[in-house]
Amino acid sequence: MRWAIADGWTITRRDLAHWANQPGQIVAGLLFPVMIVLMFGYLFGGGMTVPGGGDYREFLMPGMFALTMVFGLETTYAAVSADAARGVTDRFRSLPMASSAVVTGRAAADLLNSALALAVLVGCGLAVGWRAEAGPGRAALALGLVLLLRFALLWLGIWLGLVVGKPEALVAVQILVWPVGFLSSALVSPATMPGWLGAIAEWNPLSATAAAARELFGNPGWGGDSWAAQHAITLAVAWPLVIVAVFFPLSIRAFRRLGG
Amino acid sequence: MSYGTLYGMIRVTGLAKRFGATPALDSLDLHVPEGQVHGLLGPNGAGKTTLVRILTTLLRPGAGQARVAGFDVVRQAADVRRHIGLVGQHAAVDELLTGRQNLAMFARLSHLPPRAAAARADELLDQFGLADAGSKPAKDYSGGMRRRLDLAAGLILAPPVLFLDEPTTGLDPRARDQVWSAIRDLAGRGATILLTTQYLEEADRLADKISIIDGGRLAAAGTPAELKATIGGDRIEVVAASAADLPAVAALLGPYARIDADARRVSAPAPDRVAALTRAVRGLEEAAIAAEDIGVRRPTLDEVFLRLTERTA
Repeated sequence: MRWAIADGWTITRRDLAHWANQPGQIVAGLLFPVMIVLMFGYLFGGGMTVPGGGDYREFLMPGMFALTMVFGLETTYAAVSADAARGVTDRFRSLPMASSAVVTGRAAADLLNSALALAVLVGCGLAVGWRAEAGPGRAALALGLVLLLRFALLWLGIWLGLVVGKPEALVAVQILVWPVGFLSSALVSPATMPGWLGAIAEWNPLSATAAAARELFGNPGWGGDSWAAQHAITLAVAWPLVIVAVFFPLSIRAFRRLGG
Repeated sequence: MSYGTLYGMIRVTGLAKRFGATPALDSLDLHVPEGQVHGLLGPNGAGKTTLVRILTTLLRPGAGQARVAGFDVVRQAADVRRHIGLVGQHAAVDELLTGRQNLAMFARLSHLPPRAAAARADELLDQFGLADAGSKPAKDYSGGMRRRLDLAAGLILAPPVLFLDEPTTGLDPRARDQVWSAIRDLAGRGATILLTTQYLEEADRLADKISIIDGGRLAAAGTPAELKATIGGDRIEVVAASAADLPAVAALLGPYARIDADARRVSAPAPDRVAALTRAVRGLEEAAIAAEDIGVRRPTLDEVFLRLTERTA
């Protein structure tokens, strides 16, 4: 158990060293969501209306927090598949280290990365006029739910990385991530979409987290009277738990399967 | 007497593994005594990598037994991992970390304390001529440097048994020579090494003993000299200037001469090497036959290999 933690930390520190060695990459990664905020907030924002008449940028920020967590899936996939393809995972498995550390270290590093991205994005939000209106306690809860989504998607990313194992398939993951990201209430209200599309967007796990965060921050939501829209917080807890329940065991199985 | 000298550092009996319906290993036996460099030769898909993966605990065997440094690879996998170094087909290093960071990380994961890990990293960088490049990220290394870093990473715990899976594949001749000298160095320090390769020259130069596997089974085993002897000894070869002279040359070289008309070459056994060469030169001169080339040569491992694996070719 002691080694499981020590080895996990060694693997996490490896990622922190990546950041230090490649500051350009990490800064670009952190600024990408900021760019989207500026793009949607100012370029497209003029054409956006929030049902019920709130400020669009106040509506946008919680959506962006959640969307950034979904983008994190690409980071996880890229790292896991590169290690598998380059034989680094095999080298880890041939060492007398705790084998769980390969996965837990990765999870911790990605969560740290996402927490940092979230901090930058919060700063960006404050700069463009977004506020957590409902107090720090509820705001912390909102950020916790956002990170919970990231934690859940970690296991999907690890599973995909182990099963597909090809770094060049990252493009396919991106193609998968974007529709999931946009077919949600993160950037626009599902009420503006055709009925069936809006229904999918409403039930998207990303929408649940975005809507729950809006509620907890006291930001304008898009309203909506469906069950999903009315129970955003419940769903924002339930969806990640379901994803973890499915992909955590699948990831562990895929990792063990490497041993045939 | 240690376990290794008594029972061998690698001991494989009746090992089998199949992937779906395809057998990768088929009741393979292998025995590598302590301190030996053992070359494992075979065509692509012969089962070399599968064997290495089983012996390094990365893959579970289907049937049979394998012990490394005295430990069972399935039941005592953790003990096996403390006694082996693995250098796989890819240079399995973290490209974004520096050489030093890579080695220090693998040393920490091998449970060396922080200070010892850092010291070991520096020591290995020195040993592999990477001290100057230690602070550069591995992605900026040349192919040969990356391979040496990879080798160094496999040696953190100075393991008594080392597995090298095609360590020079894809390297240019200079880088290959660097890796070869590193391997010789390790062998000189008494490590037991299992080396898989597709390059016969590599096995010929580095290995004390060679096993040729094909279709997951052992096709032949012996020292390089023994294997060459299995397909006959030295031969004399004469390349005639004109195809018309071939029968005359054949008559000159004796009753076992073989004619290869396309290459205008006649070859015959020449156990007495120099004497056979002198006789042939004199005979050609007397008969006034023009030769383009003449020489005595030893059979190569390539010929052994091709002969033994021709049914799958």
